[in-house]
Amino acid sequence: MLKYTVKRVLLAVVTVFIISAITFFAMNAIPGGPFSKEKAPDPAVQAMLEARFNLDKPVPQQFVIYLGNLLHGDFGISLKTGRDISQIITEKFAVSAKLGGMAAGFAIVLGLILGSVAALCRNRWPDRLIIFLTTLFVSVPSFILATILLLVFALTLKWVGVFSANNPNYVLPVISLMLYPMSYITRLTKSSMLDVLGQDYIRTARAKGVRDSLVIFKHALRNALIPVITYVGPMVAYILTGSMVVETVFTIGGLGTEFVRSINNQDYPMIMATTIFLAVLMVVATLVSDMVYKLVDPKITFD
Amino acid sequence: MSNNPDVMPKKQFLSLQIDLKKFEKATEEEKTQHETMRESTTFFRDGMRKLRKNPLAMISLVVLFCLVMTIIIVPMFYPYSYEQMITVNGKRDKTAKNLAPFTYSKNELKAIEEGQEIFPHIFGTDELCRDYFIRVLYGARVSLAVGLFASLIVLVIGLLYGSVSGYFGGKVDMVMMRIVDIIYSLPDTLMVILLSVVLTQVLGTSLQGTALAKVGTNMISLFVVFGVLYWVGMARLVRGQILSIKTNEYVLAARAMGAKPGRIIRRHILPNCMSVIFISVALQIPSAIFTESFLSFIGLGVQAPMPSLGSLANAARGGMQSYPYKMVFPALFICLIVLSFNLLGDGLRDAFDPKLRR
Amino acid sequence: MSTPLLQVKDLCTSFNVDSGEVRAVNGISFNLEKGKVLGIVGESGSGKSVTAYSIMRILVEPGRITGGQILFNGEDIVKYSKKQMREFRGKRVSIIFQDPMTSLNPVYTIGNQLREAILLHTDRNRKEANARALEMLQLVGVNDPEKRLKQYPYELSGGMRQRVMIAMALACEPDILIADEPTTALDVTIQAQILELMQELQKKMGMAIIMITHDLGVIADMCDEIIVMYAGRICERGTADAIFYNPRHEYTKGLMRSIPRLDSHHERLIPIAGSPVDLTNMPKGCAFASRCDACMKVCLTELPEEFWVAKDHLASCWRNVKDGVILPCNPDAKEQVTWQDLGVKYPFDMKDDEGA
Repeated sequence: MLKYTVKRVLLAVVTVFIISAITFFAMNAIPGGPFSKEKAPDPAVQAMLEARFNLDKPVPQQFVIYLGNLLHGDFGISLKTGRDISQIITEKFAVSAKLGGMAAGFAIVLGLILGSVAALCRNRWPDRLIIFLTTLFVSVPSFILATILLLVFALTLKWVGVFSANNPNYVLPVISLMLYPMSYITRLTKSSMLDVLGQDYIRTARAKGVRDSLVIFKHALRNALIPVITYVGPMVAYILTGSMVVETVFTIGGLGTEFVRSINNQDYPMIMATTIFLAVLMVVATLVSDMVYKLVDPKITFD
Repeated sequence: MSNNPDVMPKKQFLSLQIDLKKFEKATEEEKTQHETMRESTTFFRDGMRKLRKNPLAMISLVVLFCLVMTIIIVPMFYPYSYEQMITVNGKRDKTAKNLAPFTYSKNELKAIEEGQEIFPHIFGTDELCRDYFIRVLYGARVSLAVGLFASLIVLVIGLLYGSVSGYFGGKVDMVMMRIVDIIYSLPDTLMVILLSVVLTQVLGTSLQGTALAKVGTNMISLFVVFGVLYWVGMARLVRGQILSIKTNEYVLAARAMGAKPGRIIRRHILPNCMSVIFISVALQIPSAIFTESFLSFIGLGVQAPMPSLGSLANAARGGMQSYPYKMVFPALFICLIVLSFNLLGDGLRDAFDPKLRR
Repeated sequence: MSTPLLQVKDLCTSFNVDSGEVRAVNGISFNLEKGKVLGIVGESGSGKSVTAYSIMRILVEPGRITGGQILFNGEDIVKYSKKQMREFRGKRVSIIFQDPMTSLNPVYTIGNQLREAILLHTDRNRKEANARALEMLQLVGVNDPEKRLKQYPYELSGGMRQRVMIAMALACEPDILIADEPTTALDVTIQAQILELMQELQKKMGMAIIMITHDLGVIADMCDEIIVMYAGRICERGTADAIFYNPRHEYTKGLMRSIPRLDSHHERLIPIAGSPVDLTNMPKGCAFASRCDACMKVCLTELPEEFWVAKDHLASCWRNVKDGVILPCNPDAKEQVTWQDLGVKYPFDMKDDEGA
C-alpha cells in the first residue's frame, strides 16, 4: 500500500509539474505577449512592466520564478481587471464549488439508485427506460441541455426562477450539470451490479437463505460500489469543465464563467492560473479516488 | 437400492414387440443425420446475428446511413449555399432575415407572384439571410467529419503505439507506458482548451493562404489536440489486447516458425483485437463531436462562415426566445448523431465484445 | 417403506436463451435416504449442477424449474413460498460450490459470513453465533480459527476457503449437504484432504450428501449410490461397485475408459469422441447415440427406458436388451433373466460388432 501511495503521489506531482510547464510554455509561445508593443503606451513603461513581470529574463528562468510564485499562492494579476488572480479564484471558486458539490452529490445518489434499479429489473421496462434516458442524456451537449432547460422550465413554463445574484435558484443549473455524470454513474452501477450479481458469493448468500433484499444491500451493493469509486476523479473533472458551460448559460458568476471570459478576452495570466488551479483539483480528485479504491477493494492484494 | 416403484420401467419387457431390424448396428451416415448439428457460426457471424436482433442498434445504423446519405447528396442539388445570402433575381435579398421554417421573404413572395418557383426554406433562414437548412446540413457534415477524422487520428496513433509497446514488452513497454500514464492523467478537456487557445494564436498567422486555412486554425488545433492527447486510451486498449493475445499458443507457434514481429502483429494479433478496437472507435466519434461542440461554445470552434452543429447551436443561444427553431434543429442533429453512435457502439459492444460473451 | 428424505420426481429445468429453450435437466428422478451419500457424475453440461441448484432453488434467470416435484420429507419444495424457501436453504439443505476462491464475499470477514448463516437459522445471539462459528472452524480443521474469523477471504488459501465454505454449510446442521464439485478447483493433495474431511464430518454429523463431480474416481469409495448423467437425463445408476466394475451404458463405459488407472499403465486412455448434444434441440432417441460406437438403429429413434441390469443397477441403454442381460421389473428377483429364459431363441449374432 505504501509503495502504491508513493508511486501515485509521485505521478500526481509529476503530472502537476507537466501541466504547469505545458501551460506556461504554451502561453509564452503565443506571439505578441501581454505587453507587446502595440499595447504599451511607451517604451519606458513597457520596460518597467517587463521588469516587473520578469519578462526581460529568459523563458526557462521565468518559468522557475512562476512556479515559485505558484507555490506561494501567487498567481499573478489579471490583465483585464488588474486584480490579484488568487483572490478572484478563491472568491469565484466558492460559487462553483457550491454548484459542483450539489451536482456531484445528486449525480452520485441518483446514479446509484437508478443503476441498481436497472440492474435488478434487467430487461424489463424500468431498465429499458432508465438506460434509454441515460443514453439520451449523454448524447446532448451540456450547453444545449442547459439552454433548453432554461428556455422550457424557466422562461416558457416559468416553473423555476431564473438564477440571479439576488435570487440564486440552483435547481436548473444543478440539473444541467448533474445529468451527464448521473447517467454515467447509472450505467456504471448497472454493469457493475450485474457483474456482482453473477458472482459466486451471491449464490452462496442465497444458498444460505439470506433474504433477497439483504443479498442486494449487504452482499451486492458494497461490491458493486467499488468500481464506481474510480469514476469520482473523472466526474470532478467533468463537473469542473461542465460548470464553465452551465455557469455561462445561467449567468452564474463562478470560476467557470470567469474562465470562459478570460479565454474570450485573451487574458493569459488568468487562463494560465485557472488552468493550473483546475488541473490540480482534477489530479487531486483522481489521486484520492484511486487511493480510496485501493483501500476499499479487498480483492487487490497490496504489493 | 433406493429407487421406489415409480421410477421403475412400467412396460413389461415380455410385452415388447421386438423388431429385430431395429437392433442392427446403425451406419455412420444414419448417426450423422441423427445428430442435430449446432449451427456452426463464426465469431463475426454470431456477432452480426446478435446485432441484427438489437432494434436500437439497427435503428441507429439506419438513421446514420440516411443522415450520411442526406448530407452527402442533398447539398449537390440544393439551390442555396451555406455561406452566401439568399438571392432573388440575382440580387441579394436583405429581407430574408431570420425567416421561420417554410416561409418566404417579401422579395421572394413578389417573385413567386411573378410566376417564379422558389425553393422553400425548410428550416428558415439565419440572421445573415442564409438558408438555415443547408447550414445545418453543412454543420452536420463538419461535425461528422471532425468526429471521423479525430477518431481516425486516435486510431492510427493509438494502434501503432499500443502494438509496439505491447508487442515488445519489457523495458520498451515500461517506458512507453509511463509516458501514456502521464498523458492519461492530464485533464483532457483543460488541455484541449489550453492548446486550442495557443494553437489558434500560433497557427493563425502562419496558415494564411494555404489550403488548410479554409479548414480553420481551430479545427486544426482540435485535431492536433486529439492526436496529442486522446490516443492514450486507444494505446492502452491495444496494448492490453496484445498482451493477452500474445501469450496464446498460435502466436507462440508463429513465432517459433520464425515469423517477423510486424507480420505477427498484422496477421495474428490485430485481427483478434479488431472487434474491441472497432467498438472503441465507434464510441470515440461522438466524444469527438462533443468536444468540438464544447469548443464551439467557448468560442474555439470552427472558423466562420463554416458552420458546425456546435457553433450553430451556440450562435442560436442569443436569440433563443425569439427563434427557438434555430437552436432546435442543430441540437436535434447533434443528439441524433451522437445518440445513434452511442447506441450503435453499445450494440456492437454487446454483440462483439468477447468479455461480455458467455 | 418410509418416505425417503429427498425424492426428486421427473424434474425438468430449462433456461430460456436467445437461441431457444436449453433443457438442462430433462426429467430425472432419484431418491436420497437419510445419512446416505449419493454421487452424481457426468461431464460438464450434463445437468449435474443444475440439478443441485434446482433442489436449492437458487437458479438464476433465465433458468427455471419447468416440471416435476422435489419432495423433502414428503413436502414439495417447488411449491414453497419465498419465505419458506429461505428457511429451507441453509437450514435443511446446504451447498458448497466448486470454486472456493470466488464463493466467499470479498468485502466481509470470514467471521461475518459464518455468523450470518448461523444467525439466520438459529436463535443464537451474536456472541453465541461467534462461538459456534469458532467451533465450526475448529471442526473443519482450520488452524488458528480465532484469527481467521477476523480475516478477509483473500487472506486465505483455496483449501482453507473450501474448509470455511464447509463450515458455513454445516453450521446449522442441515439434513442434506450438496457438494457441487467441491474439489475440482483445488490442488490434488488438498482434494484428498477435503474429501476425507467430508467423509469424517458425515460420520460425525450424519447428514446425507449429494456429491457432484465429473470425476468418478474421486468419489467412488464414499458413495452409497451413483447416478451417471448425460444431457440432462440419467443414463445409469447403481452402487459404486456396479457402476465401476460392470458399467452397462455405453457412455459410462466411455467415462471409465477415460479415467487413468494406476493398475493398468500400458492401457491407453480413450477419450469419448464427439461433443455433447445441443440441449436446445435434443435429438429423438438416445442423446448419446451419435457419439456411441455401438449405436443401433433403435437408439436413433427410441428413447431407452431404464432397464434393470442387476438387482442394484439400472441403465438406459438399448444394448442391454440386445445383450440379453435384462431383468423383469422385479428388483427382488435374484436371477438374471435372459432371452432364453423368456423362451426366445437369442436373436442376435454377437460377432458382428463385438470387439469392433
